[in-house]
Amino acid sequence: MSDIRPIVMPKWGLAMIEGTVVEWQVEEGAEVAAGQDIMEIETSKITNVFESPVEGPLRKIVVAAGETVPVGALLAVCAPASVGDDEVEAYVKDFLDNFDWDAAAGGGGPAPETIEVGSKRMRFLKQGDGGGTPVILIHGFGGDCLGWLFNQEALAEGRTTYALDLPGHGGSDKDVGAGKLGVMVQAVLAFMDDRGIAKAHLVGHSMGGAIALALAAEHAERVASATLLAPAGLGREINMTFINGFIEQKRSRKLRPILELLVADPGTITNDMVEEVIKFKRLDGAVEALTKLRDGLFPGGEQEGFPADLLAGLSVPVQAIWGEEDQILPAAHAAVLPDSVKVSKLPATGHLPHMERASEVNAAILAFLA
Amino acid sequence: MPMKSFRQAINEALRQEMERDQRVVIMGEDIAGGLGAPGEDDAWGGPLGVTKGLMPQFGRNRVLDTPITESAFIGCAAGAAATGLRPVAELMFVDFMGVCFDQIFNQAAKFRYMFGGRAVTPMVVRTMYGAGFRAASQHSQCLYPVFTHIPGLKVAIPSNAYEAKGLLAQSIRDDDPVIFFEHKVMYDDEVDVPDEPYTIPFGEANVTREGDDVTIIAFGRMVNFANQAADSLAASGISCTVVDPRTTSPLDKETILETASETGRVVVIDEAHPRCNMATDVSALICENCFGDLKAPIKQVTGPHAPVPFSPALEDLYVPGVPKIEAAVREIMGKGH
Repeated sequence: MSDIRPIVMPKWGLAMIEGTVVEWQVEEGAEVAAGQDIMEIETSKITNVFESPVEGPLRKIVVAAGETVPVGALLAVCAPASVGDDEVEAYVKDFLDNFDWDAAAGGGGPAPETIEVGSKRMRFLKQGDGGGTPVILIHGFGGDCLGWLFNQEALAEGRTTYALDLPGHGGSDKDVGAGKLGVMVQAVLAFMDDRGIAKAHLVGHSMGGAIALALAAEHAERVASATLLAPAGLGREINMTFINGFIEQKRSRKLRPILELLVADPGTITNDMVEEVIKFKRLDGAVEALTKLRDGLFPGGEQEGFPADLLAGLSVPVQAIWGEEDQILPAAHAAVLPDSVKVSKLPATGHLPHMERASEVNAAILAFLA
Repeated sequence: MPMKSFRQAINEALRQEMERDQRVVIMGEDIAGGLGAPGEDDAWGGPLGVTKGLMPQFGRNRVLDTPITESAFIGCAAGAAATGLRPVAELMFVDFMGVCFDQIFNQAAKFRYMFGGRAVTPMVVRTMYGAGFRAASQHSQCLYPVFTHIPGLKVAIPSNAYEAKGLLAQSIRDDDPVIFFEHKVMYDDEVDVPDEPYTIPFGEANVTREGDDVTIIAFGRMVNFANQAADSLAASGISCTVVDPRTTSPLDKETILETASETGRVVVIDEAHPRCNMATDVSALICENCFGDLKAPIKQVTGPHAPVPFSPALEDLYVPGVPKIEAAVREIMGKGH
């Protein structure tokens, strides 16, 4: 029995209590390598490939494509040929008999916290409790702290990580002042002060990338390193069809094509992701905040961009990761970064590299932190 | 997002709107006490615990316990709305509305029109509807078609706690009288509901499932049954679109007609009695506008034309349930040509 290795439904982010198997990419009997893409699973954001956590012949598929099961439920088993079919069947039966379906459906785990920072409500999600320099994850325009579902747990191994809801976003206060980047930069600094964080590794996506870059340039003493994912602020061009559509479209049918601009493979955007964006925009003040940010950050439909001397003066380690097929902010913007900044461009990847290529991005961040 | 019950969602919407706007007051029978409560303030928070905590927070000037005289306090709410407050009246069972039809149909609904647009009536009447509560024929009806009939009224029928919070906040901020329907067996049902205030606009249907074969249009509690039926039918290869219109007045005709045309097969689910209900209304709308797209006759699944029985066994048979919806869908799939 000890040679039988289970493959169970992964937990991608706190909100995930169940997952749907969209497609198996291997058949029963196939030899599976650890880390090999074996199936696609639907989540609250995008449909993602699941890499096998184990190796060996795939002896039995327990959950077929199209079925939905709770996190932790048995999807398949691997076992060497020396294990008899009856042993595999007995293992599966034993697992199913003993699996606590009710407890699994209940979810659990850490939940976002809400605090007052300088009389403004701020929500964040803390994961991990390690020593050393913490990691702060900063989302992009229209995002929130739950967007790091494929990343935060991996980064939280052995260190403390905080995913923030920026002003105007998620569960944080919807006041964004004049809608300028400085408001966001000050909000991150105020959060660090409140939590007693002297210095942090920053990981910022899109607008969050611009915030991380501004912090690295202007408050280098507070920044250990900055990883910029498809960052804003490096060129003038930005896809205003996306920005305006994100703000204006209220129905899923109309919003879906807008959100599909975010990824290289439009089919991966899930209905849940579309619904979550619509629900966010219904919150009092949310659309007003997004509109102010659009008008403050992209006046006349263009980004203001960082001055060249600010980029040249960077003194902390910075890396940038970009999808080659980014339709929101073109990867060509990376050209203005100084040579000291390591730039990785990922093929067949859109504006969400941390979701579309989660394991590669996680590995790049972990290597950078080490 | 935290899980909250329908009851908590209604309570939270009331509290947040009262905090947001000093003009919002609530009134109704026992809303600070409760059926069988021992007598002290806020003992139960209303007959169903929906208004618990509001009287201690906002005081007796904004949380008004009324006598058992619907005709008086609904009239009072209409007058208060016309003169500057934004009252939310709780009329325990919609079945009791008969005693205040004049106040609602002839007064509240007509003020804006009769005063040439120079008066508004921002009142909400919250009320319980529906069978399944073992409350017999005088406490179990679905009278939303009656209110949908009257121009000047708006009618909201939330299908879960998330919808309830957003639609109630929208009802309170709306300048016209809104009749807000709460299904009495749904108060403990939980879904994710944001802590922050939010609104769901009127007249925008929610498409909860998207499919190719059949369009199911359902109201209030029936939306949940329609979703369950759609999920179960999907397993046998029949894919359904499910539409929750959210409000029957205004009605999102565009989404109803579009989704009906897409599949060409329509099942309408309405817990109300079958004559002159939302199912007949929506069926007529579809027949008149997209008859050419239909591949089969429209199928209606409703309660029977009979009072809701007190016998639990008969009451269970009375309510359109998942098996009846699935049977209707299978039937029109068989009739497809």
